Amino acid sequence: MKLTLKVWRQEGPRAAGRLVDYPVDDASPDMSFLEMLDALNARLLTKGERPIAFDSDCREGICGSCGFLIGGVAHGPQRLTTACQLFLRHFREGETVVVEPFRSRAFPVIKDLVVDRSAFDVIQQAGGFISARTGSAPEANSIPIAKGPSDRAMDAAACIGCAACVAACPNGSAMLFTAARISHLSLLPQGHPERKERALRMVHEMDRLGFGSCSNHGECEAVCPKGISIDFIARLNREFVKASAVETPGPVRKV
Amino acid sequence: MDLNARVPSGPIEKKWEKRRFEMKLVNPSNKRRYRVIVVGSGLAGASAAASLGQLGYEVLCFCFQDSARRAHSIAAQGGINAAKNYQNDGDSVDRLFYDTIKGGDFRSRESNVYRLAEISNAIIDQCVALGVPFAREYSGYLANRSFGGAQVSRTFYARGQTGQQLLLGAYAALTRQIAVGQVRMFPRSEMLDLVVADGRARGIVVRDLVTGELACYAADAVVLATGGYANAFYLSTNALGCNVTAIWRAYRRGAFFANPCFTQIHPTCIPVAGEHQSKLTLMSESLRNDGRIWVPVTADDTRHPGQIPEPERDYFLERKYPAYGNLAPRDVSSRAAKAVCDEGRGVGPGGRGVYLDFAEAIGRLGEDVIRERYGNLFEMYEQITGENPYRQPMRIYPAPHYTMGGLWVDYNLMSNLPGLHILGEANFSDHGANRLGASALMQGLADGYFIIPNTIGDDLVRISPKDRLRDDHPAFQDVRRQARERLEKLLSAKGKRTVESFHKELGELLWHGCGMARNEKGLTAALEQIPALREEFWRDVRVSSEGEEFNQSLERAGRVADFMEFAELLVYDALQRDESCGAHFREEHATPDGEAVRDDARFAYVAAWEYAGPGQTPILHKEPLEFEYIHLAQRSYK
Repeated sequence: MKLTLKVWRQEGPRAAGRLVDYPVDDASPDMSFLEMLDALNARLLTKGERPIAFDSDCREGICGSCGFLIGGVAHGPQRLTTACQLFLRHFREGETVVVEPFRSRAFPVIKDLVVDRSAFDVIQQAGGFISARTGSAPEANSIPIAKGPSDRAMDAAACIGCAACVAACPNGSAMLFTAARISHLSLLPQGHPERKERALRMVHEMDRLGFGSCSNHGECEAVCPKGISIDFIARLNREFVKASAVETPGPVRKV
Repeated sequence: MDLNARVPSGPIEKKWEKRRFEMKLVNPSNKRRYRVIVVGSGLAGASAAASLGQLGYEVLCFCFQDSARRAHSIAAQGGINAAKNYQNDGDSVDRLFYDTIKGGDFRSRESNVYRLAEISNAIIDQCVALGVPFAREYSGYLANRSFGGAQVSRTFYARGQTGQQLLLGAYAALTRQIAVGQVRMFPRSEMLDLVVADGRARGIVVRDLVTGELACYAADAVVLATGGYANAFYLSTNALGCNVTAIWRAYRRGAFFANPCFTQIHPTCIPVAGEHQSKLTLMSESLRNDGRIWVPVTADDTRHPGQIPEPERDYFLERKYPAYGNLAPRDVSSRAAKAVCDEGRGVGPGGRGVYLDFAEAIGRLGEDVIRERYGNLFEMYEQITGENPYRQPMRIYPAPHYTMGGLWVDYNLMSNLPGLHILGEANFSDHGANRLGASALMQGLADGYFIIPNTIGDDLVRISPKDRLRDDHPAFQDVRRQARERLEKLLSAKGKRTVESFHKELGELLWHGCGMARNEKGLTAALEQIPALREEFWRDVRVSSEGEEFNQSLERAGRVADFMEFAELLVYDALQRDESCGAHFREEHATPDGEAVRDDARFAYVAAWEYAGPGQTPILHKEPLEFEYIHLAQRSYK
């Protein structure tokens, strides 16, 4: 099949970028979008041109490495699908597709479609953990957890940290990502001792890093390849408000 | 050369306890003076870095991905084994030990495997404490499912994303240590070489994948947790970035490489769809709990699966292995699938596929139960193939998945080079010639959470942090210069072929010459073809001219260059091991019905290879395997 790609090319973080047209003539409907880019890159390289830089690793939708805007939508037109799992059978013959990096103040472009998402790691470092020292755990079945909350914790924990939610949000908010982590840990009894500090620290860190606020557009949920529900944002808000009434966040301590 | 595994004496159930007592300790206030490098942030690397940080060591952790959370452990689907016996079905540490030794076809070290089984329960405890949302029953207690090669139900799981959840648990523990300053994390950083001086590992040379800068990092010990090498086959279930470079470079610096020919071909992967394919996708072994594997009875039957009546279907695993049925171990199941396809009974494009059918389970349990158990796997299958597995059977075919071989380690997980420790899939230690399902996650976390934090002190206490080399020491500068020269050579090749085209050619060569079935003729031919391909690679490869900065084609070229060297050792080892065992199937050594025939008199050893210099035949060292507790027998799953 044939497609025309308009791909964002940007040499480096400070270089100006622009859209460049690339006709693709020999694609197959059973190719993934990234495999089509692989083939295009092979052609560019053989012609002595610079290949298109993009992140990807597992190519089965779980590592969260890949992700850019395809036709203006994070991860492309197919719901509940990462870019690496998007197959060309979902495109029309002759379609023109614009391909751009995730745009967010907190995610500077490194090159072409590659952005720096390390701000997500920094949010995690603010409190996205349970401080259980290795070796100190009690017998696993000594903490029964009702199936319902446990399953909901898993729904939240399914987040792959790809950052599509931020890219889709008109405010560039990282609320869905942060809410998923806070909800996962607050739904489980093991997460309760640090529950309040966690909510405060992670939200403050998110604000500090330049992510915007949530104003309930719901775009994040719509593009999330793992279907993380914005209900978790409501849960985050409750956690944050309850914690704000009784605590002020301090730094993470060694012990 | 000393190949002493340093296994503690005494009864097997006391060995680990004995070792922990006899090891020297580092004083708590001295721990912060020692610096430890951890390369890799998968289950083994992240759990090690977090746990070593908690103990007070200064830890530097490196990964090539943009975040530690993306290491390929994340893609493990099915589960993690532990001998909890929550099902009251007869499990025990002894049984997990026995199943693992037998599953590995008697080519692993008894003492290490026993310790793994012993530690397995503490791993589940630790993961639950860290908030891993394992599947639960309505009682609120943990649920289990069955995996191949076992007749008990001992696998803990989190839907089809167990690896993801375990890794996020370890990653969370790691981020905490980063937050308190115990661990410095270096993402988008790739280890290019190991620095060895006076017989001890001293540090590493790392390329910053964004700036292209080559930096030296010195430490008191180096821990490699860099995963396996299944990508030598090009098409595998591994992530695109998985590579052999770290352990291959360590091998070239003197670490022994053990049993490289033990490569696991996973039976249930989505078949190849076309030339453009960049990787293969696993469909978890857990699907074999409810899915039935079959092909048509007659060759070249092109009917739609729904139109093939029961009597004309061959459920070949159930027929050949009635005791284990669809849950026969991976090596056995893969070979059985290949055999029926070789008879012309394969299904799908090219006849390279067999059906994995859920119709019976859906009829028995209802679609909702199947959706709850495997929903995400079914969705993934439909995304890739465009076929709905609730309505028609999945098509699956074996693919390279995991590598049991790796750098040789002693009981303490230290290589033959003092100061160099190897964890997880990167070492050879626990799975023998075939790994059982749900045991990789167990081993990665056993090594990282519970073994290395105990054993590394015994190595560190023998040296003083004052003797740590400075990173401008000539030993470091030499290695960095060599790494730079290799990069420049790749950049200046200016040939006509892409890195991927070479990688693909190497993969096809290995798949045909040293894949699921091997023989002397094919291996000898591969040994002649590999050096020729390697020579062509260096002459005709084309790397993007964008230079040394962020340059993905340069990253891949370096990895493929190392696969080109490593492939020869893989084939050489397969040729040397003139027996069939586990995943290493030599056609010369099979029973009339196609089962592997071991030769314990000649090959009950670990083949540990020593690098002898460029173009030289590697030197074989043998660690004899002695089975004191488990009687050597031909494996039977019938």
